[in-house]
Amino acid sequence: MELVVNQKHYRLLVDPARMLLWVLRDELELTGAKYGCGEGQCGACTVLIEGAPVRSCITPVSGVVGKQITTIEGLAQNGKLHPLQDAFLQADALQCGYCTPGMILSGVGLLQKTPQPSEPEIRRALQGNVCRCGTYPRIIAAVQMAAGGRNA
Amino acid sequence: MPESMTRAIEQERYELFEAPAYGFELERRDFFKFMGAGLVLLLALDSAATAQESGRGAAMRPDARPPELAAWLRIGEDGAIFVYTGKTEVGQNIRTSLAQAVAEELRVPLGSVQLVMADTDLTPYDMGTFGSRTTPLMAPQMKKVGAAAREALIDLAASQWKVDRSSITVADGKVKNNASGESVEFGHLTRGQNLVKTVDGAAVTPPSEWTLEGTSAPKVNARDMVTGAHRYTSDLTRPGMLHGRVLRPSTFKAKLVSFDAREAGEIPDVVVVRDGDFVGAVAPDETTLRKAIGAIKTEWSAHLQPSSKELFHYLKKNVPQPARADFEADHKLDATYTVAYIAHVPLEPRAAIAEWNDGKLTVWTGTQRPWGVKAELAETFKLPEERVRVIVPDTGSAYGGKHTGEAAIEAARLAKAANRPVKLIWSREEEFTWAYFRPAGVIDIRSGMTRNGLITAWQFDNYNSGPSGIETPYDIPNHTAQFYPVDSPLRQGSYRGLAATANHFARESHMDDLAAAVGADPLEFRLKNLRNERLRAVLQAAAEKFGWGKGKPTADRGFGLACGMEKGGYVGTCAEISIVPSEFLGAEVTPAPPRVRIERVVTAFECGAIVNPEHLKNQIEGSMVMAIGGALFEAVDFSNGRILNPHFASYRVPRFSDLPLIETVLVDRKDLPSAGAGETPIVGLAPAVGNAIFQATGSRIRSLPMAPKGFVKSL
Repeated sequence: MELVVNQKHYRLLVDPARMLLWVLRDELELTGAKYGCGEGQCGACTVLIEGAPVRSCITPVSGVVGKQITTIEGLAQNGKLHPLQDAFLQADALQCGYCTPGMILSGVGLLQKTPQPSEPEIRRALQGNVCRCGTYPRIIAAVQMAAGGRNA
Repeated sequence: MPESMTRAIEQERYELFEAPAYGFELERRDFFKFMGAGLVLLLALDSAATAQESGRGAAMRPDARPPELAAWLRIGEDGAIFVYTGKTEVGQNIRTSLAQAVAEELRVPLGSVQLVMADTDLTPYDMGTFGSRTTPLMAPQMKKVGAAAREALIDLAASQWKVDRSSITVADGKVKNNASGESVEFGHLTRGQNLVKTVDGAAVTPPSEWTLEGTSAPKVNARDMVTGAHRYTSDLTRPGMLHGRVLRPSTFKAKLVSFDAREAGEIPDVVVVRDGDFVGAVAPDETTLRKAIGAIKTEWSAHLQPSSKELFHYLKKNVPQPARADFEADHKLDATYTVAYIAHVPLEPRAAIAEWNDGKLTVWTGTQRPWGVKAELAETFKLPEERVRVIVPDTGSAYGGKHTGEAAIEAARLAKAANRPVKLIWSREEEFTWAYFRPAGVIDIRSGMTRNGLITAWQFDNYNSGPSGIETPYDIPNHTAQFYPVDSPLRQGSYRGLAATANHFARESHMDDLAAAVGADPLEFRLKNLRNERLRAVLQAAAEKFGWGKGKPTADRGFGLACGMEKGGYVGTCAEISIVPSEFLGAEVTPAPPRVRIERVVTAFECGAIVNPEHLKNQIEGSMVMAIGGALFEAVDFSNGRILNPHFASYRVPRFSDLPLIETVLVDRKDLPSAGAGETPIVGLAPAVGNAIFQATGSRIRSLPMAPKGFVKSL
């Protein structure tokens, strides 16, 4: 089957029932998407499919053949960080960093759909992403910063 | 472990005193050579550092590394600075704060210092990264070795330039000859050197003169985390690596009675391992692995075990009851508080990669105790410790939950059988079930007070939850505090702040009840009974920022406060809550009870001289968020050796919707040594919220969590 990940085309021989998360991590060595629960409940595995955030741990790889898949590794362009990646650094919006790729991709998905989200909209869009270190206030600030809103 | 080594460890770190997890039936070199040339500084161990020399299995066994050294640092021939520490980075940002400490002393930019952390072959022995000890104990070592390196550079320059060392200064990453104005980079002096010096340290820079410490230096490897470049244990691979998983028993403490792996064994490339009650499998990928584990047929037997329903009765049942204090007082109050077991829920579950090479075992794993895990591995596999190496990549959080080596041992057992490297990642369900929990407990308080609101008597008895933070900070002439350990129905151990959360919840809830009994304002009542200046300062700072006494409570809105101290940190927390109707689910559904919503939290914190204000704020905010779970809804539900809610869907952790407005007040005391800050800020939130609920509703909730299924008036 053919997968399009971060604008690169890959031809793979894999069980179509395998979850996208494990194909990304174990076949393509794109380990930015994390295993957190395997049940679509924590958001650590979030990737973008055609620009929309999807839980890769419960997405069979057969369902995303030929679609545009974006992982955290594909977000920076030519070494230049995406504005939300930059905002995460500015806002110190991480501690252990394990939820960070999923948080950023959920945030990027939101900003593509809603370029100027309100705070309640940010909370709703990221509700499915867990940060156990509790950096939620800083993540909200980072999304606002990337949206060009007020500085946090 | 020898008694002298246990003294530094709190009794309630049960996981450090456990017997080995599995009983398998298995069949000073020239150390500093690896570092290469340049200038190497070895800091001799002093008494402060020996406090780190403890922990399970971490005896002073012969080891590859020189045991008498606390820290080492190398300045390479190119001037690159490497400093070695056995501490682990789990999100608390010590990779940054320790680099700040070294860079401060060496007068170099932060980016010039690279920390090599938590590799048992490369870094100095360390008991473990817990108890908020890194900042008070390791940072001073880093500063000493950094200062000694600075002095050694001056010595080198003095002899090369043949000038008196008093005319040489180190600043801005350069060594300068003040007489000639000549100025060179460190590499200029260390080039061609092969110098190893053992030092006792040198005078360090006091907080009043800090230029880099005390500033909000950004997290040093944050870029790798926002780009996905950082490799956690679970992201690493080794050549020829297989994936491994354990087949878990049906219940805790179960014995394997039948085992049939014929079907699983027929799956290509699968190896099934059975060793006593240990059953596991390896496969080339996760999907095949799950199939293989699912195909192994086992039967288990176990005895009947207690359930959460009878937990608190169970905890007090088998402990001799203390005599009740007898005293005269105008007001007397007896109350009982309970706390549930809760789970750490690190977002990166326990994981390990194990690799055997010529009888030497190397394990990459996320643990807070690399040497503890090394000792567990050596003991389990009957290896001399020098044939075990543990490497800890910066880890996806821990909160006291990653002190033990289960995943490491399991991966190593499977790798030994498969004769290939094996990666093993615990599933979320395993993490919720087979890790250890924050202890549950029962706390009885009996107190007496004058009609003027002076507390005169205080008896505090804690069953099972733990002794941390058990002593009252208030000035009470007649007071006792006792901890009674119980044979816990669930595996239990360290958790951020240990039992200080439970003990503060009970004490500060009780303080509010006493204040109410004499009609006193909760803030004034505390101040009246409290002389400790540092604690008074944070309580007053929080109250001032919060606007204590200005908000008008209503039946569905209340304000509460609490304060406490532990591990050298002082915290005051104020909270505002509201009682909000739960969402209407439909006409046929019985309305759910209303929810407790935390609207606003102000926390003032003081931990001596502040090393990194922004990261300190981040830790305080994180503690507030984590505390919300234990305060309102987190609880492990269990029955007869099974966990009933081992998923995010049934074990609720705080999410964006639970987030209050959080404000912090940092009290900087440059005149006091820096203490750790990752734990103590957590202790004030639960009682402040409980006190706010009480103010609004008149209902005193004496159990944590306080509103697992919404707000229900206490009887």
